This record gives sequence, structure tokens and C-alpha cells, in this order.
Amino acid sequence: MTLALPAGPAPAARRQIFVGTALAALAGTTMMGGMLAVWALIRQRAVDAGERFPVNFIIPEVATNVMLITLFSLCLFAQWAVYSARRGDRAHTGLALGVVLVLGIAYVNAQAFVYTQMEMPLAGSGYATMFYAITGTMVAMVVAGLVYTVVAMFRSLGGRDREFEVISAHAMYWYFIAAAYAAMWFLVYVTK
Amino acid sequence: MRHRTVEESQQQMTTIEHSGIDQDQRAVLFGDGTIGSFFAAVADWATSTDHKKIGRLYAGMGMLALIGVAVIGALLGLERTDDAGNILPADSLLQLFQLHRVGLVFLVAIPLTLGLAVAVVPLQVGSRALAFARLALTGFYAWFAGAVLMIVALASNGGIGGGNAQMVDLFLAAHGLMILGIAATAGCIATTVLTTRAPGMTMRRVPFLTWSALIQALALLVALPVMLGVVVYLFIDHRNAQLVFGGAEGIGSWIGLFFDQPVTYIYAIPALGLLAEAAPVAFGKRHPMRQIVFAGIALVGIAALSAVTLQVDFATSFDGDGATVVKHLVVLAFFLGVPLLGGVIALATALMVAKPDAGAKPSIRPISPLLFGLLATLMLLLGMITGLLEDLSDLDLAGTVFAEGSAVLVIYAGALAALGGLVMWAPKLWGMQIPEKKVLPLALLGALATVLAAVPHVIAGFSGQAGGVGTYDGDGASAALNGIVLVGHALMALTVLGVAGAIATSRGSGDGSTNPWCAHTVEWSTTSPAPADNFAAMPTVRSAEPELDQTPEGSPS
Repeated sequence: MTLALPAGPAPAARRQIFVGTALAALAGTTMMGGMLAVWALIRQRAVDAGERFPVNFIIPEVATNVMLITLFSLCLFAQWAVYSARRGDRAHTGLALGVVLVLGIAYVNAQAFVYTQMEMPLAGSGYATMFYAITGTMVAMVVAGLVYTVVAMFRSLGGRDREFEVISAHAMYWYFIAAAYAAMWFLVYVTK
Repeated sequence: MRHRTVEESQQQMTTIEHSGIDQDQRAVLFGDGTIGSFFAAVADWATSTDHKKIGRLYAGMGMLALIGVAVIGALLGLERTDDAGNILPADSLLQLFQLHRVGLVFLVAIPLTLGLAVAVVPLQVGSRALAFARLALTGFYAWFAGAVLMIVALASNGGIGGGNAQMVDLFLAAHGLMILGIAATAGCIATTVLTTRAPGMTMRRVPFLTWSALIQALALLVALPVMLGVVVYLFIDHRNAQLVFGGAEGIGSWIGLFFDQPVTYIYAIPALGLLAEAAPVAFGKRHPMRQIVFAGIALVGIAALSAVTLQVDFATSFDGDGATVVKHLVVLAFFLGVPLLGGVIALATALMVAKPDAGAKPSIRPISPLLFGLLATLMLLLGMITGLLEDLSDLDLAGTVFAEGSAVLVIYAGALAALGGLVMWAPKLWGMQIPEKKVLPLALLGALATVLAAVPHVIAGFSGQAGGVGTYDGDGASAALNGIVLVGHALMALTVLGVAGAIATSRGSGDGSTNPWCAHTVEWSTTSPAPADNFAAMPTVRSAEPELDQTPEGSPS
């Protein structure tokens, strides 16, 4: 059955991608919140037992602080992309998304640097498994954000620059990532 | 009331085919023979973005799993009737118990209720399609792959406390895959309700089943990712160190809450939606308290917060100082009492529909969806009450089969509601109405099966019968109760087979009416079965009961 009669009027757009992204961010928030809660619980148990948490490993805090700054500045560029897209400025939208992409890759690079500097074997301790689990999950969410950035960039550069909803949804996802990392940074890297 | 026929509706039909494979492509790809047609049909279903097909894939797999899980439940009941415990292989009992409990949740309740929601919700909100339909299909495959891997892991000595470390890892990874798939699908349902409603359909006007599906989807979206995070920890720790979470034996203490009450309530929320949906149809009148029903259903969603907060301890004892008792009671009341209150509100408002208007004679059409919805709600409420009792530590029910019976009540309530939903919306999904004489007895059989499969364990819990793998009392009351449980699970398997058989044998039946139930919501304005894009033209909704408005006695609310 195809095209028997003209289609009825389409309902007003209700920002489907934005709502979908918001729900994904909600799910990601509860996931990261749950992981941080378990981290805090295990840490409390270790502290109560008189153990050091972490054991004999030094976290390169400069790198972790730079990662936080990277994500906050990334949000700025993601919002710049929204600003440009709303005005139909394809060149600046593409440029802003390109910077977002570079900063996201820089975050992954910094996380790899942290892993390398810590020289912590995965199977060496309970702390190591928890550390790699929570930071690895964060990296996975950042990589998902990078994929989102690439998709948004292709759509924008491909001529769909008037559909700025995906750009604003993309910015919201990075806000979520920045907030999630800020919470993780405080608990895992600062409080330890 | 006169309803449009298929022919009349097709005259005004507009369809934009956007999914599946058309006839020309079929001929080129698969040929015209029987085998070619078979593969073409398989390819069509496997790649379709039609939400009605995706929903039926979920529901069909859920029904298949329900038969399997019910059979396992019956086998475990049989095992418990033998004090020597020699009926089933001893080394597989642990895995069978887990397959039963995990299967009830991840293989039965969630896919059945999600499947119903995927199939029906876009129709109910007057949408042409499910939001992110490809994501929903991907979610189905992720869930299905995870389900298969989970069964493989349990069959290979994996699972909680399993002896094969690699299969324990696989068990955890399978859970991660299932959660990703379910969360993706739940996100699609929630987005559909929030963004694709027809013009005029405000959130106050959405049908009750859609509201319950939205609450369930949001509850799943906030609850299951918490489990995913825990599973990630468990997987990495178990695979590499086994130092933090207690190894294979410790897994249960971390993810067990997702298979226990009150989290299980969110898997059965659509039972309340079906009752609220069917009651006004059966009594031929508008629901007088829509917003209160919405509030009641939403209160059940509070149960998701126990998962979000990883709240595992609800044990409440009255044998302590006042402050401690009050503290525990507040937690118990919030996480288990509030959902129970929500369920009671949904039931009470449905009964209010039954109250005849002033001066009018009481009239009811005892339609099968009402029976399914009512019985499922009663089972759910019974499960919620037993859930409350389970946490009163003075009753000494911890570690007994009481919890098992309580969970079965809730999960089977969700399954019954999903079956009732498939019966109700069969005209839109398959283009037929299943004869009432076939399904009315099945609703009663399903409820009887639930009672028999669950209540004996609730009773046995008070006498201290231990849950899970253990030594069984093969004589006396315990053996008799376990025997009844066996019968209950077997009857549930028969119920599912009966519903599947009724669907299969009713194909081609029906008069082509668009609204055989004389129902009130907008999906009943489209053809039966609904076309790929659901509606010929975008409907405009002016009340919560647009189809009732079309009748002489109806007027917009």
C-alpha cells in the first residue's frame, strides 16, 4: 500500500531527538549515580576496616583536573554550535563541532595517560577493578558522545543545518557528560 | 453504534510504506516459491520498523519464554515434593532456580509488557510510528541475544554461584546486553508518548494503557541502568580479581533486589492500565476520575526509586525502640506502601466506573480484557500485600518460599495483563477479534494458575519452608503445597498455549469492524488491522474519548 491519498497535516514537531537524548541522559545519570554510590559504599567499608583506598597507587591529578576543564570547555563549544546553528551559520557550526570532537578525543587521550601513569594492573586489587570499571564506563559514554558529535557534524555539513534540534540535543548530552564526570572526579580523583 | 468497515476506511486511507520489503523486492531477492516466500516473510519481520511487528516479536518471545519458565516452575515444584530431592539433577538445581527467577523478570514480564506497549502505544496516541523505531528493533535484538546468552551461561554451570568462571562472566555480560536492549526500547516508548501524540491529545487525554506504559518505561529507564552499572562492576571484578563483590556467590546480594519486591512492581504496571482502559469500555461510559487514575498508576512507579537508591533492606520489626520502628516503617511505607496505595486507587476508581449513573440501570458487557485486567490487578495487589508482609521481620519469612510466591503473584499479574492486552488489541494487530468464548475461560484459567502457583508458597512461608535449593519435606502439608504449585505453573503454561492457540485459530475471523469493542480511544478509528502507518490521516483529538464522541449518546468531555 503506497501513497493512495495525500498525507494529512503533520503534527507540530515536539523535539523528538531532544527528548530522546534527555531520556538517555536520565538513564546515564542513574547508572553513573549508582556506580558512584557503590564506590562510596565500598570505600566506606575499606576505610572502616582501616585500609587505604587506593592502595599504593598515585593518581596523576593534574591530568584528571585537565580532563574536568576539558569537558567544561567542550560544553562551551557545544553551545557555540547551537548558537551558530540557530542562525544558520554552517561554517561556525562545523567549526564548533570540530572543536568539540578534538576536545572529546583529548579527554580520551588524557584518560589513557592516567591509566599509563598509574601502572595499575587490572587484576592486582579490588580497587583496580572498581577504578577501571567506573572510569572505563565514563570513557564509553564520552566515546558515545563523540559518535553523536560526528553524526551532528555530518548532518550539519550535509545541508541539514536548519535542523538545529540535533545540535541542541548534542549539547545537552555533553552537559550531562560534564556533570557526570564532575561527580566522578570529586569522588574518585579528589576524595579517593 | 455504527462503525466503519474495512472497505470504508480504506477508501480514505493514506499510507506511506516505509518499512519492510515490497513485492518487487521479494521477487528479486527470494523468488516466488514457497521457500522464497518464507524467507521473504522472515526478512520482512526481521528488518521491519513497523512498531506493531516489533511489539509482536517481543510479545511472542515473551509468551514462548513464559511457557518455558512455567514448565521450569512446575519441575521445581515436582522436585520439592520429593524429600530425597532426586527428581532433577542435583548439580543443575541452582541454575534452574535462577533461570526461573531471572526468567520471570527478564524473559517474561518485561518483554511481554514492553511488547504490548510497543505494539499499542503509537496507535493509542494517534502517531504514525514509534519514535526511533530502528533503535527499538535493535533493542529487541540486544535483549534477545542477551536472553539466549543468559540461558547458555546457566546451562553451562554459570550464573550466581556457578562453578564455571567464564560462564559466570557470560551470565553477567548477558544481563548487560538485555538491560541495554530493554532500556533502548523503553526510551522509544517514553519518547513516543512525550513527542508524537496526535494534535489535540494533551497528556491529560492519553489513554490509560499509554499512561501506564509511560510510567513503566520511565521506571525502567531509571532503574535498570543502576543494575547495568552494578553489573559492570561485577563483571570486571569477577573476571579479574574477585576481591570486592564476593566472587560468583556474591553476585546475588548485589543484583538480587532487581528480582525482588518492590522493584518487580514496575514490571506489572500495565495491569493497572489495562483495567482502567477496559472498565469504561465494559460499562459504556466515560471514566469519571481520569486524573486520579493517572496519579494512582504513577504512585506504583515509586517502586523504581528503591532500585535507584539501591535500597535492599526493608526489614521492619516492631520489637524495638519507638524511633527505630518509626524509621523502618517510614522506609517500608514509602517503598512498598505507596505503590500499594497506587494500586488500590487504580482498582477503586475502576469500581467507581461500575457505579451506575443516577436513574440509570446498571449495565455491563463482561468483555475479556476487563476480566484479564481485573484479575491481573487483584493478583498484583495480593503480591504487593505479601511484599509488605515479607519485610515484617517479626513474621520470620526471610529465606522462605514466601518471597518466591510473592514474586510469582506480581510477575504473573503482569503476564496476564499483557495477554489481556493482546486479546483487546488483536483487531488492530492481526485484523481479527478473538471470540470471547475462547478467551474468557482463559482469563479465569490464568488467574487460577497464578493463585495456585503462588499462594501455596505464601502459606508455606509461614510454616518456614526454605526457599531455593535445599532439603525438602516430602511428606505432609509441604509436599501437598508444592504439588499445588506444580499444578499452578502447568496451568499457566496451558493458559499461554490457549491464548496463542486462540490467536492462531481466529485468523481471518471478525467482521472487519474498526471498533468491535465499542472502545473509546483514537486507535479504534483506524482500520483493522491497522496499516503500516497506523492512520490514513492524522487524527485530531478533542477529548479523552474521541470514539465515544462519535456515538449518539456521546459528547465531548
